[in-house]
Amino acid sequence: MYGKGILKGLSVTWKRFWDTYTEDISWMVRGKKRYNTQEGIAHRSSKDTKGIFTVQYPEEQLIQPEEFRYVPFLVYDEGEEGKKEIRCTSCGICAKVCPPQCIWIVRTNDPSTGRPVPVPTNFYIDMDICMNCGFCAEYCPFDAIKMDHDFDIASYERNVYNLEKLLKPASYYNSIRPENAAREDEARRAKEALKAAKAEAKPAAAA
Amino acid sequence: MAAPASTQTVDLVARFPDSVSADARPGYTGFIVKKENLLEVATAIRDEFGYDLLTAVTGVDYIAENKMEVVYHAYKTTGGAGLTFKVQVDRVDPVEVPSVVGIWAGADFQEREAWDLLGIKFTGHPDLRRILMWEGYEGHPLRKDWKEPFFEEEAKPFKSRWPDGQHTFAENKNPFRDNLKFPEGFDPEAYQPENEDDLYASLERFRSKGENDRLKTDHIVVNMGPHHPSTHGVLRVAVTLDGETITGLKPVMGYLHRNHDKIGERNTYLQIIPYTDRLDYFNSMSNNFGYVTTIEKLMKIPVAERAEYIRVIMAELSRIQNHLIFIGMLMNDLGTMYTPSLYAFEERELVLDIFEAVSGARMMCNYFRFGGVVRDIPDFAMQKIKDLVFDRLPAKTDEMERFLNENEVLVARLKGIHVLNAEDAIKYSVTGPVLRAAGVPYDLRRAEPYSVYDRFDFDVAVRHNADMMDNYLIRFDEIRQSLRILEQAIKQIPEGPINSQKPAYQVRVPAGEAYGRIESPKGELGFYVVSNGKPNPYRYHVRPASFVNLQAVESMCIGAKIADFVALLAMFDIVMGELDR
Amino acid sequence: MENEKLSLPNYNIPEDLENVVAITTLDRLYNWGRRSSVWPLMFGLACCAIEMIAAQTARYDMARFGMEVMRPTPRQADMMLVSGTVTKKMLPAIIRLYNQMPEPKYVVAMGACASSGGPFKEGYNVVAGIDKFLPVDVYIPGCPPTPQALIAGMIKLQEKIDKQSIKKVRWYEKGKVDSNYVPMPVLGPDLIDVRRNAEIKQAASQKTTQESA
Ligand code: SF4
Ligand code: SF4
Ligand code: SF4
Repeated sequence: MYGKGILKGLSVTWKRFWDTYTEDISWMVRGKKRYNTQEGIAHRSSKDTKGIFTVQYPEEQLIQPEEFRYVPFLVYDEGEEGKKEIRCTSCGICAKVCPPQCIWIVRTNDPSTGRPVPVPTNFYIDMDICMNCGFCAEYCPFDAIKMDHDFDIASYERNVYNLEKLLKPASYYNSIRPENAAREDEARRAKEALKAAKAEAKPAAAA
Repeated sequence: MAAPASTQTVDLVARFPDSVSADARPGYTGFIVKKENLLEVATAIRDEFGYDLLTAVTGVDYIAENKMEVVYHAYKTTGGAGLTFKVQVDRVDPVEVPSVVGIWAGADFQEREAWDLLGIKFTGHPDLRRILMWEGYEGHPLRKDWKEPFFEEEAKPFKSRWPDGQHTFAENKNPFRDNLKFPEGFDPEAYQPENEDDLYASLERFRSKGENDRLKTDHIVVNMGPHHPSTHGVLRVAVTLDGETITGLKPVMGYLHRNHDKIGERNTYLQIIPYTDRLDYFNSMSNNFGYVTTIEKLMKIPVAERAEYIRVIMAELSRIQNHLIFIGMLMNDLGTMYTPSLYAFEERELVLDIFEAVSGARMMCNYFRFGGVVRDIPDFAMQKIKDLVFDRLPAKTDEMERFLNENEVLVARLKGIHVLNAEDAIKYSVTGPVLRAAGVPYDLRRAEPYSVYDRFDFDVAVRHNADMMDNYLIRFDEIRQSLRILEQAIKQIPEGPINSQKPAYQVRVPAGEAYGRIESPKGELGFYVVSNGKPNPYRYHVRPASFVNLQAVESMCIGAKIADFVALLAMFDIVMGELDR
Repeated sequence: MENEKLSLPNYNIPEDLENVVAITTLDRLYNWGRRSSVWPLMFGLACCAIEMIAAQTARYDMARFGMEVMRPTPRQADMMLVSGTVTKKMLPAIIRLYNQMPEPKYVVAMGACASSGGPFKEGYNVVAGIDKFLPVDVYIPGCPPTPQALIAGMIKLQEKIDKQSIKKVRWYEKGKVDSNYVPMPVLGPDLIDVRRNAEIKQAASQKTTQESA
């Protein structure tokens, strides 16, 4: 029959419509909420998704995997009295590895000796050049620069971020990437312990 | 892989002792052919030695030796290693090399590109115009002594970024306060822009002579694009029409020419990886794959076993996703505005979720590293892959086929409309699904297996009618084969490290050259890289599938109806990021 | 987002009349109408365009914001979403499209490339940001911005529309009839912005004197 193929095609749309409501009812019967819940969103992004597929941003938001990356930010540890202990030592590796070269770092020099101090005076990232590649976070040896999960950063102006705008606390980093942060903290502690052990061993050996 | 040993099996030197010598530079392979004898040798390579597929033609500017070199890579469609041969000429303008278009028509666009970007004049080329830049542009950008307006330093990393990196806009350093460069004493008011007479003159080439003499009809020229909803990006096509029939056609490109090669030559080897993501932006995984394979060949490093499997899994997922989108977009072009592509995009989203979980980004994955991949697949992502591969994707592919294949409109538009026969496809160096739909089972995963593809049991999808219907159906075949590969890969994937190298932000690449190629979803994706031992490649060239495939569109569409043109173009599955680079 | 409703917040409308009556100002009505039906120009340039298409599909569904009607012709579009790298070769076409769009019109620079040239900024064929030629309303960083980020940017645009007043928008300003017309650039030895002819000429001649000196 001519037109059968077309009708068959249209039935897909009908099935989608039907599925949306049967699915809604089945969730309701099971007493679960399909919308605005993590469970519902996860189900809609899984292989079993049926019917409506929309995740209604901004009311709902897709579940971001830990590795999700958007733009980079700098991590600081919260010291006493809210002092920001910036992890970055301005070693310059991220600026060297950055493919579009959108990182600018001003290194601090000690005014009395003129020797470099391991903290940046300023740090610029031109967010309108950054290609979100994640190299800076990957190759930073001090876990000082990380990729953010926050993507709601559209603005009415060009975006050149300076040190102040880039800094975010370590607690924020731990909250968006718990597994990575735990692993890195572990590694750092191990390294420090090793260093301490070496430092102890040295005078002993010398003596 | 094109190992040097196997190239030597063809003894070109013995056949042409006077005009051919082996390339003896360390790290180089292949033969150097004397310019005067190029055509003779090339004909022999095609006819006597059977290298019928000329895949890549590119130039290299050896400024220190004051030489320009043109490099050709020829392969056999029956599979096996390739043959590299080169022509060297003095770097004095005009740099002239005879064109091989008469032998392999597939050299057409690539020779035009070499003329545009390197200023190598191919004598005897029928239509040697600029291809990526516009007529009237000043200079040949890929020459080593040509500097772009925002030039900072010869190579990255730039010194100004650290330790005293006060942020400056590049605009402030340029005398024109923008990304501009004009010859000295240039007067914009007196300037007369060049018109496009050359383009329209070249359209005349195919105009039918004498046939329409009975009725005097006028031919009209239609420009489709660069802003056109169905050219899949910013492609422009100039068409001459006789009524509804196409009598002449020229693609005009370069509207997305982002200077990939030039930027690549300033980058370090590692920095190029994220740029390759942006070539064929549907398949960043495949692009990564091609590039790192090439560099690994140059560096002669092994790849971690587990990483090989991860790579295959990612590349095949990417292929599935690409073909689904192809089908959806083809429907768009045929007029079923958006509905099938909405469903295709749904599956794509699920695949992209996996990419996002492993690499961090949906589209621009930047996931491969030299020697392996950047991180392991997390458990939940592996579960997702299994869910999709064993469960959802096979069902959805079947469903799509069930609902679309019998659609009367689709059948009427696709069936029996000729695309390309095998002979023409090979002549124009077409690779990928279009070539296979013409009955040539040429798939690099089999013809010259790279990575671990030789361990999987799969068939090369091939169809024989060479019409649009076959071109459309073959995508489903390929999805099924990819699923087969995926199933095996998931079952066989070993445990172990995911990189054979230590993470390092600078790699040492020994001097030499390498041409690496993979079967991307669109065809052969090749990378030609020349290293001189420095942290940056000396020459970095991409041989994109879309670009080379598009050469056939001209002869293929002559005589077709304008209404079919959009669908015919869609068959190549072009993507502008790769086409224009 | 309190501005989403048509009614002014400081008037108390009885509950049973809430969907029937609205007390509002002309500005508010005008903005409400525009913000709820921003029709984008169907116009993709590069990789970002794919994410723009993805944002139109089922999962993100821009139709919820009244932005699903992609118009292939500029004559019917309200917003130009510059989604991707703007090359010099493409620029004249983009300017022509912009000039053909009726007012009110908005330009959104989606992604790093459209905002400033992005990763390809140093390239010889790349325009370092569409804002050199067109007035950009919202910049969305990211490469590419994910569909959700794009929607977040669109919400920023809606907020901007909400703040506009019919008396002050640039297209109704008196005496500046052609304020939105951008002259077409010319492709010469390099891209010629005709508005800057004199400047280019001067810079070009200066370079000569500098080098000869
Ligand atoms: S962020 Fe990391 S890599 Fe960059 S300068 Fe600071 S410490 Fe070095
Ligand atoms: S994410 Fe990539 S492009 Fe962006 S700042 Fe980091 S290294 Fe540079
Ligand atoms: S911003 Fe990034 S994703 Fe968007 S067009 Fe530019 S390179 Fe492509």
